[in-house]
Amino acid sequence: MQKRWLSAAAAISALALVVGACGGGGGGGGGATTAKTVKILSSLPMTGASRTQTVEIVNSIQMAIADTKINNVTVQFEALDDATAAKGSWDAAQEAENARKAINDKSVVAYIGTYNSGAAKVSIPLLNQAGLVMVSPANTYPGLTKPGKGEANEPNTYYPNGKRNYARVVPADDLQGAVGAVWTKDLGGKNVYIIHDTELYGKGIADVFRAKAKEIGLTEKGYEGAQKADNYRALANKIKDSGADFVYYGGIVDNNPAVLAKDLKAVAPNIKFMGPDGINCSEFLKQAGPAGDGVYSTFGGVPPEKYTGKSADWLKAYDAKYQNKSPNAYAIYGYEAAKVVLAAIAKAGDKADDRATVLANVMGTKDYEGVLGKWSFDANGDTTLTQFSGSVGKGGAWVFEKELAVK
Amino acid sequence: MLGTFACLTTLTLLGFGTEVGVTSTPWWALGLALLAAMIFCGLLNVLAERIAYRPLRRAPRLAPLISAIGVSFIFVNIGLFWQGPTPRRFPDLLPQYDFISQLFGLHTLVRFTFKDLFVLALAIPLMLALAWVIRNTRMGKAMRAVAQDTEMSLQMGIDVNRVISFTFLLGGLLAGAASLMYGLYNNNTVFTLGFDAGLKAFTAAVLGGIGNVSGAALGGFVLGLLSALTVTYFGGQWENVGVFSLLVIILVFKPTGLLGQALGDRA
Repeated sequence: MQKRWLSAAAAISALALVVGACGGGGGGGGGATTAKTVKILSSLPMTGASRTQTVEIVNSIQMAIADTKINNVTVQFEALDDATAAKGSWDAAQEAENARKAINDKSVVAYIGTYNSGAAKVSIPLLNQAGLVMVSPANTYPGLTKPGKGEANEPNTYYPNGKRNYARVVPADDLQGAVGAVWTKDLGGKNVYIIHDTELYGKGIADVFRAKAKEIGLTEKGYEGAQKADNYRALANKIKDSGADFVYYGGIVDNNPAVLAKDLKAVAPNIKFMGPDGINCSEFLKQAGPAGDGVYSTFGGVPPEKYTGKSADWLKAYDAKYQNKSPNAYAIYGYEAAKVVLAAIAKAGDKADDRATVLANVMGTKDYEGVLGKWSFDANGDTTLTQFSGSVGKGGAWVFEKELAVK
Repeated sequence: MLGTFACLTTLTLLGFGTEVGVTSTPWWALGLALLAAMIFCGLLNVLAERIAYRPLRRAPRLAPLISAIGVSFIFVNIGLFWQGPTPRRFPDLLPQYDFISQLFGLHTLVRFTFKDLFVLALAIPLMLALAWVIRNTRMGKAMRAVAQDTEMSLQMGIDVNRVISFTFLLGGLLAGAASLMYGLYNNNTVFTLGFDAGLKAFTAAVLGGIGNVSGAALGGFVLGLLSALTVTYFGGQWENVGVFSLLVIILVFKPTGLLGQALGDRA
């Protein structure tokens, strides 16, 4: 049905060309512009512990699309799941399949995703070769975009055709990890035990934290990877024995940091626990139960209760539509990511279905007035926003503690 | 996984879905949850056997294996439907007590908490009971006979279907008990739990010697000790490496497992 409609549209536009009303060259003026249908796909882990957050992101994207009217362009949207039930979190093979699906569907002009930096590593190069733009609402691993902040060959290894096609609306971990280390010191931490979930994102931010901790004079009592497990008793005992007073966990909620926090609290209630945006979600506190009280987390931007101006308006609209007064930290980023893409499509006008034009428009976003404030994408595709905040778990909710400045 | 959900649902119905506000351990509720999970898993197992395995009794060996995979998918999806795709918290209802530091006043890396005691106190009697059933009852004898030679047992007048059903019931009852232990020990559950648990149980059974109950128990202990030691001395990311390296080494030198004897070909 849709195919037939598309070919009809193609026939009409071909006819328009033959008639030759507009003198070639892709000019916008003159001639009847035909309505176009373009598609945006999102690829986020919709199975497993991240689901609470990703559903909110998808809601936000749908809200952004509903809010935006573009002349002569119909925007369709489909939310793909890059997690599998077997893994319970994102899966590289599934992410690659989603990317291929986007590439092969010619009406797709933008790919919103991923949630996990490790998944982005899989899809960026695939989409790069197809010249398809990708905007992430949540990836924070620095090496995806910034030279010199990750491995030696990063980020060029992700862009085989040499041209950037990836941007993110969240500030990256080279800032967040450092902010976490400084906050740890402010909170009186002296001896830190650093744990990561062995994934790209988790290890990446743990390494940034480690470097900054060393720089500001914190003592490292241990550094190790801990994969997803049913319990972490042995590790908790080891941490207690190390004499650490602060644990920093680099990783995502899917890999059971809540269980680690709980096991740690059982053996050593005085050791403080901090994590990055990967644990800053209601799901973490739900799983940790009482052990979630007093857990610190950092993330880009400010929490919903501190929204002002445009972001407060957004929150009102979100609440009106989805009856949720305090969506998780990434919901608003989902909206912003979708809005940037939609603005790029609108700007493309007649070429709304041209991947290259949309790509150029997204990457060229300058002084964008969005719900997060006024910001731009820099040459690497990173947002110019650098605001972070720290929250602490209290009675099952993240409570804003302080704004954290990048030093 | 469905067992832990049955426990969780029972506890929630009894008003103990979370430990918040619960001051002392509600043993009667735990007992009811145990009973509910055991009966639920036992009946589920019998049903699965009746639907997915019995019709394939005379089919080639691969057929039941494939239908087993199918059954596991059905179970996973029931779990997904029942408790949703995110991990669920299991209430922490057991007393928080560490025998080594609080009773003996020793401060070491090793801890032995009430939770550990609870697992042992439930698992060891069940283990002994299982061994007794297999060794000493008529049904146990029949089970061993059927395992050894189905055709011959049939000729001897053993109701093979009934014996196999009973074996599945027994397995289900034990799985139900295990799920309460898992839930109270780890305080979390998720619909994909069974996959990892199954892998570990299988590894323990292979390690100890397939077809040998005490071997499986020993295999479980070795597995647990080894993973704790690997985490403590090498670091968390080496846990599976340590465990599976040992498995490979043991199977290379003693293919029948630690306590296994050559029992012939077994499905």
